[in-house]
Amino acid sequence: MAVKKKTSWSNAVFKILKENNIKQIAYVPDAGHTSLIQKAIEDNIVNPVSLTSEQEGIAVLSGAWLGGDAGALLLQSSGVGNIINMLGMVNECRFPLLMLVTMRGEWGEFNPWQVPMGQATQVVLEASGVIVHRAEEPQDIAETVEAAAKLAFEGGRMVAVLIGQRVVGFKDWAK
Amino acid sequence: MTQKLKFSLQRRQVVHQILENRGDAAVVTGIGNAVHDVASANDDAKNMYLAGVMGGACMVAFGIALAQPGRRILVITGDGELLAGIGSLATIGVEQPKNLSIIVIDNQAYGATGNQHTHTGRGVDLVGIAKASNFKNTALITNKKELQAQIPNIYQKPGPYFAVVKVVSKSSPRINAPKDGTYVSRRFRSAVAGEGA
Repeated sequence: MAVKKKTSWSNAVFKILKENNIKQIAYVPDAGHTSLIQKAIEDNIVNPVSLTSEQEGIAVLSGAWLGGDAGALLLQSSGVGNIINMLGMVNECRFPLLMLVTMRGEWGEFNPWQVPMGQATQVVLEASGVIVHRAEEPQDIAETVEAAAKLAFEGGRMVAVLIGQRVVGFKDWAK
Repeated sequence: MTQKLKFSLQRRQVVHQILENRGDAAVVTGIGNAVHDVASANDDAKNMYLAGVMGGACMVAFGIALAQPGRRILVITGDGELLAGIGSLATIGVEQPKNLSIIVIDNQAYGATGNQHTHTGRGVDLVGIAKASNFKNTALITNKKELQAQIPNIYQKPGPYFAVVKVVSKSSPRINAPKDGTYVSRRFRSAVAGEGA
């Protein structure tokens, strides 16, 4: 099974991010987010910020809000482990936070090293006060991101959309 | 291999002197002493005190710098806090924000937890790391004369600007800085981005 076609859902998701006036998109390299990252780089208004580690993204988006901008973080389930301490700041300050997380370590995972963090992702996020929405079908992603953005920016909460591995697919890069 | 401390600058005086003519600059502090150094100068609404997280100050300030390109954003933090998010320097070096200045008050110790050594007194050169991360303007400040000379640069040199100020390891007294994150952050956002933001 190869990486499924991502263009369709990433177009709709990017449109929703724009409708929510997202000005900063912080990201780490990720196969599942490739198309969204490219759109962020090509957009004239969005500032794309490439990070060395996901925890920087939580901090930069906190700054975005403090400066009057809205932002979103694109990351992979393994990177969720890197953000937990920084979420304490977001929680204490009640910053809105929108994260789109592509999942590994669940549906048909070939790399055993991805499984522990992938299986812990939702539990760890929820334990840290993040509201978690899941999208398991391609046609559900845009709608889920739209609801999450509303909850984050209007409801003033930390929200993560977990995009299931069944949707983003998986690829053995060694093959 | 700890270097013997031979510095004379006092952290609180340094911070007060830097902030004396800050104008409309916004300030993000690191955890610990930096909070009290900045708040004791003036509890300005354009101060964001990050009183409880290590390694986030530079990137919070960078996010503000992106959102507020017409305003100078200062980070005032300790060496320990900066080291906890050292990758941020690489990210900021790539992004090249013109309006961001990072000032590290370097006492070579974790002052809030019993003065354990940080890496900066043991051969690690933060100014060197900043230079190697493509910061265009950097400075090492070890005395009053150098401090005086650099203060205009903090506000006027194109960023990213980075300075390390070597200070004596003694902490200054704590003051009653506001601790509530929701209060400090909303006060900051109104002052910096406007009431309607």
